[in-house]
Amino acid sequence: MYLSTITRPATSRRGLTLVGGNVLALGTVSLITDVSSEMVTAILPMYLVLGLHVSPLAYGVVDGVYTGATAVLRLAGGYLADRFRGRKAVAGFGYALSAVAKLGLLAAGRSMTAFGVVIAADRLGKGLRTAPRDALITLSVPQEALGRAFGVHRMMDSIGAFLGPLVALAVLAASAESYDAVFVTSFCIAVLGVLVLVLFVREQRTVTVAPPAALREALALLRDPPVRRLAGAACLLGLATVGDGFVFLLLQRREDLGIAWFPLLAVGTSLAYLLLATPLGVLADRVGRLPVVLGGYVALAGTYLLLFGPVGGWPLLVLALGLYGLFYAATDGILVALAGPLLPERLRTTGIALVQTGQALAYLVSSVLFGLAWQTFGPETASRLAAAVVVLAIGATLVVLRRRTP
Amino acid sequence: MTTRLRLLALALAAMVLGGVAVAYTLLADRPTAAAPTTGETVTLTPGPRLLAVTDRRLSTVRLGDPSGPRTVSATDCVRAYAAAGTGVCLRPVTTWSYEVAVLDEQLRTVRTVDLPGLPNRARVSASGRMVAWTTFVGGDSYTSSGFSTRTGILDTRTGTTVASLEGFAITRDGRAYRNADVNFWGVTFAADDNRFYATMATAGQRYLVRGDFAARTVETLLTNVECPSLSPDGTRLAFKQAVGGDPAKGWRLSVLDLATLRSTPTAETASVDDQAAWLDGATLAYTLRGSDGTPAIWTVPAAGGGASSLLVPGAESPAPLS
Repeated sequence: MYLSTITRPATSRRGLTLVGGNVLALGTVSLITDVSSEMVTAILPMYLVLGLHVSPLAYGVVDGVYTGATAVLRLAGGYLADRFRGRKAVAGFGYALSAVAKLGLLAAGRSMTAFGVVIAADRLGKGLRTAPRDALITLSVPQEALGRAFGVHRMMDSIGAFLGPLVALAVLAASAESYDAVFVTSFCIAVLGVLVLVLFVREQRTVTVAPPAALREALALLRDPPVRRLAGAACLLGLATVGDGFVFLLLQRREDLGIAWFPLLAVGTSLAYLLLATPLGVLADRVGRLPVVLGGYVALAGTYLLLFGPVGGWPLLVLALGLYGLFYAATDGILVALAGPLLPERLRTTGIALVQTGQALAYLVSSVLFGLAWQTFGPETASRLAAAVVVLAIGATLVVLRRRTP
Repeated sequence: MTTRLRLLALALAAMVLGGVAVAYTLLADRPTAAAPTTGETVTLTPGPRLLAVTDRRLSTVRLGDPSGPRTVSATDCVRAYAAAGTGVCLRPVTTWSYEVAVLDEQLRTVRTVDLPGLPNRARVSASGRMVAWTTFVGGDSYTSSGFSTRTGILDTRTGTTVASLEGFAITRDGRAYRNADVNFWGVTFAADDNRFYATMATAGQRYLVRGDFAARTVETLLTNVECPSLSPDGTRLAFKQAVGGDPAKGWRLSVLDLATLRSTPTAETASVDDQAAWLDGATLAYTLRGSDGTPAIWTVPAAGGGASSLLVPGAESPAPLS
């Protein structure tokens, strides 16, 4: 099998038809859930510092503990979803867990231990639901339309991310700055998202005669050369990503933006992402998914170079956030669209979880390394090094994925 | 279930959930009404009174009767301090932005400086001339905890404003030092209105630094000394000391003798995350929070020994006006 047959599917005239009810339903669930989670994310720093009077350091400790663990649990969730062919059930459990975590924030009060548990539950929910949801998308549309399906899904997802902070602002204004009201509203919105999933998302059961996937088969996935290469490429690309926090912090410093602007940097990125996700998904179906993904990483290198480039002021913000949004639009969903057809249907969730986990763990490593580079060489050199690493990762990915399978 | 039924169920659920969210939002706990007041107005005129923040409003109590009636102003502050008739108030401008307001004795705003982040520390020199503030800068998501601090100083006489101490020349352990990760917080001024002490963090270590405002320099003195507060006679620093050198284990309120560099823990065993204020040469005041987040001002002898005691319930950000 040639990878190019997968990455460069035949162009279809049906490309202009809709993506199907299940993808739209999943997109709606993501949209609603993202409104819920981003409204909490937007106010969390204020809540911690002004509401709980917690020192940022204490939060940093809590925050660091759970990030790695949940990435691994995602694999377990992926395997369980395949084993019992319950992708919808596992995704639904993940969405529900994150919804309950919103109320948990309310109940945790000032206890940093309880707060840590709640954040962990929220992360676990996110970890559990992502792979089954993406697997459902890959099973809901014909292969040649995968790029478009993921484009539409990620567009809806980022519309939610875009609206979240605005909803939080409205709730704070209406409630005389009550953080509790934001958590309760966020919970109600999250429950609505779970209901849409329960009522409108259909489990795709195309393989019903085969026995459930055994653990042995799941492990064998790693021995399958195309899957291994793709997981390896995902890790390589994950290593080239240093994290939103760093990008936004450097932009904030460079332009000396007030805290009011900080959440808006993420909003600007989401705006570019949501505008570009669908067109890039359609493009990926036409010209191939790999070129679009790698093009996204070129945009990422451009973003890192801009952080200390000759452009400043508004043009810098528009360009950097636009390129950063382009990076997300060209990579996030399309990487899964690239992976989906390579994976046997009965192990699709496990395979997607494997790719996403590899990427997430590599990302953790790269964030730590970037932090070290920042301390050692300063932010200017560090961001240029990051751009160089992106270019190297693009080259390495090309080498890895272009090779023929035996 | 038919599509119609499902849509109906969803619409019903949306109405119920929306109702809950709207009701909770509109009926949310508003800031409670101001505490009982004496009918006087709050001023920063020196006298035997303690300035504090009560339910986010500037207020004063008599030091002779700290649990007695409170004088509460209409001035909103998240954090405040005052000395010799000059006040500093860190307050919200909008939901997302804050400013430093320099206040005169009658709480009129003399000058404002935009804050880049969330209010954390505020201090005025004993003469009322120098004003300092610290904010948390950041605003990151669940996935990255890149909080940092920014500390500014304003000379109210000349109008010189340093928005961030990060531009000062740093001498660390006797050598010139530069690093992008440097953070400062918690300034306290010496009597000459030029020298100051503060906390500097870099490369995972927290230092006590001594600064020179005119020369724009700071030098490190010790490690694990945070949020210093200089005694009225200038010989001792009250500070919070991370237990076992690890802030995750909490802070012990302690006092450092500047001549011998020997530190003495106070009798307060609760973790104090505050920049203490000297009520006089022998007593420290600081904020502690109950399990529900309600603040209270406590005092403890600065010399060590004795016991801590509650001074003003339901108040924070203490500053003696005497």
